[in-house]
Amino acid sequence: MVSKLFPLVVEGASVRRGRKVLVGPVDLIQEGQGVTIVIGPNGAGKTSLLRMLHGIARLGSGSINWACDDIEARRRQAFVFQSPIIMRRSVLGNLAYPLRLTGMSRTDANARATAAAHEVGLGDMLARPAPFLSGGERQKLALARALITKPELLFLDEPCASLDGRATREIEAILIRTSAAGTRLIMSTHDMGQARRLATEVLFLLNGKIHEHGSAEQFFAGPETAQANAFLKGDIVE
Amino acid sequence: MIDIWSGLSQAFWLLVTLDADLVEITLRSLRVTMTALVIACAIALPLGAFLAVRRFRARRVTIAVLNALMGLPPVVVGLIVYVFFSRSGPFGVLGLLFTPTAMIIAQVIIITPLIASIAHQALRELWSDYHDLLISMNTTQRQRIQALLWDGRRALLTAALAGFGRAIGEVGAIMVVGGNIDHHTRVLTTAIALETGKGDFALALGLGFVLIFMAIAVNLAIHYISRTEQEGRW
Repeated sequence: MVSKLFPLVVEGASVRRGRKVLVGPVDLIQEGQGVTIVIGPNGAGKTSLLRMLHGIARLGSGSINWACDDIEARRRQAFVFQSPIIMRRSVLGNLAYPLRLTGMSRTDANARATAAAHEVGLGDMLARPAPFLSGGERQKLALARALITKPELLFLDEPCASLDGRATREIEAILIRTSAAGTRLIMSTHDMGQARRLATEVLFLLNGKIHEHGSAEQFFAGPETAQANAFLKGDIVE
Repeated sequence: MIDIWSGLSQAFWLLVTLDADLVEITLRSLRVTMTALVIACAIALPLGAFLAVRRFRARRVTIAVLNALMGLPPVVVGLIVYVFFSRSGPFGVLGLLFTPTAMIIAQVIIITPLIASIAHQALRELWSDYHDLLISMNTTQRQRIQALLWDGRRALLTAALAGFGRAIGEVGAIMVVGGNIDHHTRVLTTAIALETGKGDFALALGLGFVLIFMAIAVNLAIHYISRTEQEGRW
């Protein structure tokens, strides 16, 4: 897939809440391939970084520049939240909703939503009220809903947090397929095993700033900074 | 006590014999109330959703005023509508005073703030759940309001039923603007007030029981149709 979004150029971008800087200033360039994993201790600013890049969190300073205009850029990306936001509709209704927003007819949207549900293993739950799904099923539904419009960039904020091993494996399998199909992934996680399995690039965040940024291979082989090294060893990093 | 038993038996008798006057008054009550409810819902539900979604300078004041208007005195509303539609009033030329239309207008004014306020409370919670998702999906404000109204429809039913309850039991305003004219603007509540004034407590109680029965029946019917109590629904 040739993406019109990239390169993404972030210059001095930050997000504040009151006087507190949640993340930033961030300077970053992202190209259109691979899986970027954002790691760091609690409160490092992982979620804020993803929300800032996606445009949900308002910029306090700096700029985020996509290769296309901002409106077009927003249309070409999607976000999966840590606690999946499930609409009070059926599984089919949840999946069809983003397609209906694009103006697709109900029949076509339902047909595509049905196919998407089968792809993630929710095919036999189409009519079920989505709020009553299990945690793993809800996250799979959120992921399928995010992917149904075929975004070029997908943000994932700890999508496997609080899921068991089996559900995590299923989500990872979908992510690997998605990445292989050409969708760019930027994802935060606390799970170092998952980071090693999925990452092609790592962003290590500490106190709201990018502390280390490099290829996954290099990072996991030997981080440059003492803090990243300590974090990988499981030590408490502040 | 004797009056209550007498009222019950009279209500039973009126219902069993399908008394022509009772049927006419009941149908008029339903027609006026349901029309007012539909119009009020068409105004109040999108307004409630708009107030949940949109941030603007006077938002807090608007919500506070809306909440305050929930306690709008019906007689005062009736008086204001009367002044507006009386022959010398600004809308006097329409000739709507002492017609069911004037009664509907008064009821709409009374129940719209109530429905909007309850709808806003329910949709505010839903909006806090949906906020990030709908922003992320790049939805327009109209699409957000539509999503809230559709997904919050069962909570909004409560708002509509509250409006129905207030409207069907309303007497002050519709007495003033409707005039309680026999075969024209007489409804259950005004008929009860009239019979009480005449000292016919049994008939007044009978009509009262019919009113209560009708209110409960409409509530149950709406709950049944919308299947709010079904297992596995939200």
